[in-house]
Amino acid sequence: MAFDARAGLRPEADAVSVFTAMRVVFVRDLRAAFRQRQDLLNPLLFFVMVVTLFPLGVSPEVSFLQLAGSGILWVAALLSVLLSLDHLFRHDFDDGTLEQLVLQPQPLFLLVLAKTAAHWVLTGLPLILLAPLLGVMVHLEGNSIAVLCLTLLIGTPVLSLIGAIGAALTLGLKSAGVLLSLLIIPLYIPVLIFGTGTVAAAAEGAPVGGYIALMGAFLVLAITLAPFAAAAALRISLSNS
Amino acid sequence: MWQFFHKLGSPKWFFGIANRLMPWLMWGGVVLLFAGLIWGLAFAPKDYLQGNSYRIIFIHVPSAFLAQSVYIMMAVAAVVTLVWRMKLADVFVKAAAPVGAVLTFLALFTGAVWGKPTWGTWWIWDARLTSMLILLFLYFGVIALGAAISDEKSSARAVAVLVLVGVVNIPIIKYSVEWWNTLHQPATFKLTEKPAMPMEMWVPLLLSVLGLYLIFGWFACLRMQTEILVRERRTRWVKALVQAEES
Amino acid sequence: MAFDSLTAFVVMEGHGPYVWTCYGVFFLLLGALVFWSLHQRRQVMAAQRRELSRTGRDQSSTSRPVATASFSRVNDSQD
Repeated sequence: MAFDARAGLRPEADAVSVFTAMRVVFVRDLRAAFRQRQDLLNPLLFFVMVVTLFPLGVSPEVSFLQLAGSGILWVAALLSVLLSLDHLFRHDFDDGTLEQLVLQPQPLFLLVLAKTAAHWVLTGLPLILLAPLLGVMVHLEGNSIAVLCLTLLIGTPVLSLIGAIGAALTLGLKSAGVLLSLLIIPLYIPVLIFGTGTVAAAAEGAPVGGYIALMGAFLVLAITLAPFAAAAALRISLSNS
Repeated sequence: MWQFFHKLGSPKWFFGIANRLMPWLMWGGVVLLFAGLIWGLAFAPKDYLQGNSYRIIFIHVPSAFLAQSVYIMMAVAAVVTLVWRMKLADVFVKAAAPVGAVLTFLALFTGAVWGKPTWGTWWIWDARLTSMLILLFLYFGVIALGAAISDEKSSARAVAVLVLVGVVNIPIIKYSVEWWNTLHQPATFKLTEKPAMPMEMWVPLLLSVLGLYLIFGWFACLRMQTEILVRERRTRWVKALVQAEES
Repeated sequence: MAFDSLTAFVVMEGHGPYVWTCYGVFFLLLGALVFWSLHQRRQVMAAQRRELSRTGRDQSSTSRPVATASFSRVNDSQD
């Protein structure tokens, strides 16, 4: 038959370009998130509280905090990204939007990339804006704080992208939260190592250009590969339910 | 070739082949492993630097070697699962993952115990030990995800995606941990990098690696058979098999 | 033989405890894995046998005609 079922059902669908579709998904996610502001705030509060625990739990000494500060901030950022990942697909999964997304004529991995970008703008970016304040509280020097923010700027998108794979894989499972952390934390280790390593190198006065470039390579690699894996995982999870 | 490939996808065919292979794998493995270990324990010369504690190498290196290559094998099987939807490939992943985790744990444990007389401490954040620890986490993730998804097909494909994501990450993890290690503690001497191991140490080590490989093959066959029995329990040939074993 | 006596072999110049702990745990864990795998296998077989004898009895007692075609599931392996 020469009749194209898809075109017949949604005559305008093929007219929407990939970039328009990505933009629509991106803007929609931002809008939906701003309707539930508390969900946006929670990971940030978590970030601040985890950082607070370290001076209280280990030592408030300036020497310790200066040494461990960048690590503490990075670990806290990593954990709060991890905490927020559950929301990445959950709402859309519950109300069926995700199935519509999968059925779109545009390639799914690009739509997933758009969703992940929205997730980063909602969680990663606020963390970076908050980091200087917490950096001052753990007695980091000005230069270190700047480098820390730079590493977070490059590193948190990688966290969101890798996390999207885990979120897609655990979608619709009962104990998704803990399982998600179990799957994703090992994959986060390189980002953490290079993130804190760069700040440590900066604190010693070493040039950090090479480290930043390496983290950039991580980011490029994650942008090119992670959406594919996340899209495949999404399809699997949706066929399951 | 393609017919063989096709046959390989048939659980029934595999079951029969595994039955025939398993005694060879088991006895070959046991003989090789024991030959290697006894040679290594009693007859290989003492290491001039580390003394007799180096004899742990004859189980440490095989465990570590297998732990890594089992993950690679799982990754190959994961590709087969995703591309050709072959059921047996997923059965292999599910059957091998716990064995791989045990081997990784053994590599870590023997490494730690070896560290005590060599470095004077049980645990050291050495690059090799740390990346093995992360490999153990990856194994746990694979096992946990497989157990969490009840649907057989989705479980197979989800686990395959996870294994592949892990295998892309392994070199990155390894590289970054090594980099981190040199940043934090330069110039610890390495566990297995020794200037040109003499022949009398090499041969038993090779024997025990081969032996453990065969034993892993036996484990894989046995556990795959069990998994097949569960999955194919409604088929006629499994029913016949169960009845035959009963009488 | 790299050792003069059996005691020397066991003691290994003070490194004995480390070496023997490693070998002990190695064989213990592998043994446990062997046991567990065989046990699993036996359990699966036993469960299958029970189910088979139960369904077999059901079919003979009620003598319900077996459906010639079913849309629910293909029960026979396709090979």
